[in-house]
Amino acid sequence: MSTLEIRDLHVTVGAGDDATEILKGVDLTVSSGETHAIMGPNGSGKSTLAYSIAGHPKYTVTGGSVTLDGADVLAMTVDERARAGLFLAMQYPVEVPGVSVSNFLRTAATAIRGEAPKLRTWVKEVNTAMTELGMDKAFAERNVNEGFSGGEKKRHEILQLELLQPKIAILDETDSGLDVDALRVVSEGVNKVRAKGIGTLLITHYTRILRYIEPDFVHVFFDGRIVESGGAELAERLEAEGYARFGVEETASA
Amino acid sequence: MNSTLLKPTGTPAERFTSRDPGDFANPHGREEEWRFTPVRDIRPLFEAFEPDVRISGDVQAPDGVSWAITGMDDPRVGRVLQPADRVSALAFRNAPQALVLQVEAGRELAEPVLVHGKVGAGQAYEHMVIEAGANARATVVVDYADQALVAEHVEILAGDGAHLTVVSVQDWDAGAQHVSAHQASVGRDATLRHIVVDLGGSLVRLSPSVRFAGPGGHAELLGVSFAGNGQHLESRLYIDHAVPNCTSDVLYKNALLGESARTVWIGDVRIRPEATGTNTYEMNRNLLLSDGARADSVPNLEIETGDIAGAGHASATGRFDDLQLFYLQSRGIPADEAQRLVVRGFFADVVQRIGVPDLEHRIMTAIEARLGFTPELENAS
Repeated sequence: MSTLEIRDLHVTVGAGDDATEILKGVDLTVSSGETHAIMGPNGSGKSTLAYSIAGHPKYTVTGGSVTLDGADVLAMTVDERARAGLFLAMQYPVEVPGVSVSNFLRTAATAIRGEAPKLRTWVKEVNTAMTELGMDKAFAERNVNEGFSGGEKKRHEILQLELLQPKIAILDETDSGLDVDALRVVSEGVNKVRAKGIGTLLITHYTRILRYIEPDFVHVFFDGRIVESGGAELAERLEAEGYARFGVEETASA
Repeated sequence: MNSTLLKPTGTPAERFTSRDPGDFANPHGREEEWRFTPVRDIRPLFEAFEPDVRISGDVQAPDGVSWAITGMDDPRVGRVLQPADRVSALAFRNAPQALVLQVEAGRELAEPVLVHGKVGAGQAYEHMVIEAGANARATVVVDYADQALVAEHVEILAGDGAHLTVVSVQDWDAGAQHVSAHQASVGRDATLRHIVVDLGGSLVRLSPSVRFAGPGGHAELLGVSFAGNGQHLESRLYIDHAVPNCTSDVLYKNALLGESARTVWIGDVRIRPEATGTNTYEMNRNLLLSDGARADSVPNLEIETGDIAGAGHASATGRFDDLQLFYLQSRGIPADEAQRLVVRGFFADVVQRIGVPDLEHRIMTAIEARLGFTPELENAS
């Protein structure tokens, strides 16, 4: 049983006089077995929340706390956070020229598991996960995210989620840029990992991914904080009304 | 006042060439073509010297390749090479012999030709001619080791329709100094792939140049340099587009580790008025791994016709990409290992295009050793 606790989190971007506060006091608790959807219009700070938990260097935490099973996440380096059990599936995964997917995955698995996986079982593990995500074997020999289509990047993120088995997964706009078939395949991958009892924080602008990955809790994010929380019915209301009642003319259905 | 003063900012587009060393003044180091080079360290190359070592003629060649050590008066020597500086003119005049290597027309070699340039310790003038006949397909690897002072020429001829890859590996011992001009002629519809790998040596200054002998030619010029403390690794490229419908593509990557590490990349591309339909792109990337290390990068594109398919260049010098490191670390990979992966990948991006697996492996192993890599992880993947 793991718990990620976010308390009164304040985050700025930029330095000195140019610093802008993006997160203005976020409170959220995500435990094993729970799936929380965070929904909000563009620019509300949803992705900043995801990157701040992962430790992206662009963001500065100016107040509040983030703990994982009581351990101070904010005091950890980026890689320590991952080894502690946090995983962020990114909206814009980064290209790493000259580093093959297979080398990258094995290096990451070795770091997370604390020892190199046995070669024979590892190859099988990777191949099985890739097949389930509809990825060709040749994919493993390509360079990380280099020349990947939008859909390939997202599949690659979920492949890592499956292989690294975190305690808490944060999925940042995993649905963006996916057609219906790809969304279904990727969602099935996420659901497989969820079924093992991890906690999931699903960040999305649109409701459509929630048809495949059913949330236990839905939170509306606006102007740097959670302004409303509820169950799945809240997502249905957003689907019907959009974000109009928060003063933003954006729909939540796509 | 109607006179126009032309004041070129880079290397002059029209190059002066001569086989008479007397036509080139002894450089003082402020000349455009010498200003990045520590000329004080290579003074001996600016006067004629008595060579005391020679290439061993250690050539491994599959069927379809003939090679011989000949005199410089052999008619196959000097068909391409036009010395463009004093060191080159001296080398052309004083080289005692030449290695001439020819791939039969129409032959497709299954194995690369290997030229082991073990020159020993001493000083040498080297001259090599590498020729692929019409429609031949071949890879030639020239592999330098040991510790020497070398002024070198490599003449490269890719016949019509040929596909020739020339790889020059400078894996010298510390103290070696190597000043070299590679000049290539690319035939009609031929492809030349030219790859420079600078690993060892105190000073390597290699000047590859390409001209097209007929339309439809393609030249791909690749390079990697890994400069450590006390190393000066310099590449000076010149691509002369003077016939229609040829393409050129340049990618040179340098990494610098150590406060006195030094790299220089000059990329001159000229598109003459008659070179319509040209498409050219050049890219230089320099990765600074230490404070004090210095990388110079000077792309220079002269376009004399508007009727081209494309022309561009890009140059970027910097430290680690924070986003790449963040991505790797966010998967649990510790910072130092993430950095090694990024540097390894930086080079592998070019090395994996060589197409000779044994050589690629050897180069990556040498790079990894200098990065303090744990080989176990690499081999297991």
